[in-house]
Amino acid sequence: MIIASSVTKQFGKLKALNNVSLKCRQGECISLIGPNGSGKTTLIKCILGMVIPNSGFITFNNKNIAKDWLYRDEIGYMPQIGRYPENMTIGQLLAMMKDIRNTGIHEVDEDLIQAFQLTGMLNKRMRTLSGGTTQKVSAALAFLFNPSVLILDEPTAGLDPISSEILKEKIIAEKQKGKLILITSHILSDLNDLVSEVIYMQDGNLLFHKSIDQLRTDTGEEKLTKAIASVMIKGNL
Amino acid sequence: MTDILRSKIILIYTLILLIATFCVFGLEDNASKGILSVLNIILIVLPLFSIIFSTIYIYNSSEFIELLVSQPLQRKTIWLSFLIGLAIALSLSFIIGVGIPILLFQLNIIGFLIIFVGVVLSIIFVSIALLAAVQIRDKAKGIGIAILLWIYFSILFDGLVLFLLFQFADYPLEKPMLLVSALNPIDLARILLLLQLDVSAMMGYTGAIFKDFFGTVTGLIISCFVLMLWSAIPMYLSVIKFNKKDL
Amino acid sequence: MKLYLIIASLFILPKFGFANIIQVGPGKSIKQIKTGIQFAKSGDTVFVHPGFYREGNIVIAKKIYLKGIKFPVLDGENKFEILSIKANGSTIDGFKLIHSGVSNLEDYAGIKMYDCRDVTIQNNQLFDTYFGIYLQYGKNCIIRNNTTTAYYKEEQQSGNGIHCWKSDSILIEGNHIVGHRDGIYFEFVMHSTIKGNYSEHNIRYGLHFMYSNDDTYLSNTFFSNGAGVAVMYSHGVHMLRNNFRENWGDAAYGLLLKEISDSYIKGNQFNKNTSGIYMEGVSRVKVLGNNFFNNGWAMKIQASCMEVDIARNNFMGNTFDVGTNGNLVLNRFKNNYWDKYDGYDINKDHVGDIPYRPVSMYSMIVEKNPPAMILFRSFITSLLDKTEKIIPSLTPISLVDNFPLMKMLNQ
Repeated sequence: MIIASSVTKQFGKLKALNNVSLKCRQGECISLIGPNGSGKTTLIKCILGMVIPNSGFITFNNKNIAKDWLYRDEIGYMPQIGRYPENMTIGQLLAMMKDIRNTGIHEVDEDLIQAFQLTGMLNKRMRTLSGGTTQKVSAALAFLFNPSVLILDEPTAGLDPISSEILKEKIIAEKQKGKLILITSHILSDLNDLVSEVIYMQDGNLLFHKSIDQLRTDTGEEKLTKAIASVMIKGNL
Repeated sequence: MTDILRSKIILIYTLILLIATFCVFGLEDNASKGILSVLNIILIVLPLFSIIFSTIYIYNSSEFIELLVSQPLQRKTIWLSFLIGLAIALSLSFIIGVGIPILLFQLNIIGFLIIFVGVVLSIIFVSIALLAAVQIRDKAKGIGIAILLWIYFSILFDGLVLFLLFQFADYPLEKPMLLVSALNPIDLARILLLLQLDVSAMMGYTGAIFKDFFGTVTGLIISCFVLMLWSAIPMYLSVIKFNKKDL
Repeated sequence: MKLYLIIASLFILPKFGFANIIQVGPGKSIKQIKTGIQFAKSGDTVFVHPGFYREGNIVIAKKIYLKGIKFPVLDGENKFEILSIKANGSTIDGFKLIHSGVSNLEDYAGIKMYDCRDVTIQNNQLFDTYFGIYLQYGKNCIIRNNTTTAYYKEEQQSGNGIHCWKSDSILIEGNHIVGHRDGIYFEFVMHSTIKGNYSEHNIRYGLHFMYSNDDTYLSNTFFSNGAGVAVMYSHGVHMLRNNFRENWGDAAYGLLLKEISDSYIKGNQFNKNTSGIYMEGVSRVKVLGNNFFNNGWAMKIQASCMEVDIARNNFMGNTFDVGTNGNLVLNRFKNNYWDKYDGYDINKDHVGDIPYRPVSMYSMIVEKNPPAMILFRSFITSLLDKTEKIIPSLTPISLVDNFPLMKMLNQ
């Protein structure tokens, strides 16, 4: 579904992405992990067309994304920190996003809005919301249009345990529908029961891309956390 | 972009303009002197507010822009709708704050020309602000650049002109000055408006040369066209930059 | 028949005791003014009754009192000088003169006086004449309560309203002059008075005054003339209580003074002129008790002026108070009221405690470099003026009013 071939991105002297290639298929749930500054967010932004690579290209359903913008219709994106126009209410924001997304083509999935009890707060302005509530809005927006690809940047950061659990269940539900889900997170334990594939990045290099079973056999560790840790200690595979 | 219209700052801006203009017209005994004082608002306050408000607005919306970019929208559309939203909001406050009082006191061609120039200047400085904001990532630096740009257009440029005038005092400079005035939208707007007012007689020979140009329909059209260019070129450049920008 | 009448009148009129009054008019025995004048003897009166007289050039060569009743019309048919006066002591009263000839070679006029004295021209109305009332080599003449209106567009093809040349002891009073080249023109005219006239919308000057010494003009209004009023190459001129209004244009002055000495400018109003007073080569002139309101420059004093006293004037609402082109200032400012003065008066003597500098930095810049006028009303110029006020560098240090008044003078 998403294919990146030798994508390189440089910010000044810093090489954020160095010749990264990857393939993501439908039905996979991929965890993008790596230390801070390893290029995870940049990679996601490249896929979303927010960052334009210096070289290499990315295709989405076999179409180059550089000249296309409609493919984003298929993607639900939840940013690390969502910031929205301060004077808008939640209701207006949702209405605006629906307007942008031209609903009618997609059926609207308002599960999360219900589950997070956002319906009671539709008249609240965005600037009055707490960080956690804003995250809930971001998550709700990502799932709202029932997209075939979900890209979640640190989805559970800032959420209380209950909401975090709600979100996780939602992710699992979507995964079962056969969607491609791409998650970055540093809280590894959170992801254990979701992930089917792991991409590990360091200093802009994609070190490996393996299925979770493969990883377990390679490292001999049962738990994902430990498997990753052992990868980090060995430094390379 | 109702969001911008709802912002308190823009309401305060409108109110200040309104009060200032009414005060000016109330204090001055004749309307044409009032117009001259309103000119100061248009040439100093309006560009300053437009450029700074727009820059800050863009920086404050950076995350929102990110969100929009991740949506199935063309970047050009996103950027232009920001630009148009800001331009409409600022023009509207100008029209309410200055335009209405002007039309109450001076319902004639000069009044309309002032409103036109004010609106165009608002758009120009929104465009320039957006160009600055798209170029510079850091908010503090961006706002600093916006202020610098304003200082350049309202003070430094004229200082430079003054310097050149004295350097080349031995040459007839009136005609080259026509060209130079096109290089600064504030100057162009100022001269355009001054020549429509009766103070132009004070500008002597220089004024006469300028009047020969700006007084004609061709001159008026050309200068309006140059003002349009001033809003279009930064706008175009900023769209190109934004299309290539990493968010 | 006509001949008979004329002969009859010659004999009959004196017999019936009307020896010094001759009646001319459509219903009278004498139909033509020329004939009437012909029959008149020196000292006679000629009454002209209402009518339309088209008699070409009428010459008055003897002392008569020519009186129009209800403004009889004299038409010059755009060919002739209408009335030519060549005798002393004549009076022309109450005519309407229209369409004099226009010539570039000869100064055709509505009424022209040739080398005569004690002539009175009064209560006439002139329309569309080349020159209006023209006086040369006159003495003790009075031009009073006439109106003259011309409709010229260009300076070269127009004459002056009241034109006086090489004359002495003339009184010009209560006339209304519109649309000529110069409203009132004085050249080599001495000991004369111009009083209570209204001169407006003339193409060049409302009053043009050259080589004319010891004259007084007072209580006149000069309104919206092409270039205002010019007083040049004269001494002993008294300009009192005149009104200089709205002489507004690229090269317009309320009052242009050039090479003037030993004169007074007192109690005048300068309102809405591009330059209120422009002075060049002026010396020993007193400018007292005038009001300068809403002018571009209230005064422009070139460095060639000396010993000009400027005192007890009001300066209000002028864009620039004083402009000058040099650093040498030999003129004195004292006790004026300046609306831009922002000093204080601690000892409450109604005189400001710190001096006022009426020349702004920007006005100096413009004087040195006229194209700098394109920066008029820009931000930088007001900044420069503010800076200059704190640390004077370019403006002449000696051009200063050390005793500015705190309150406007009532005048």
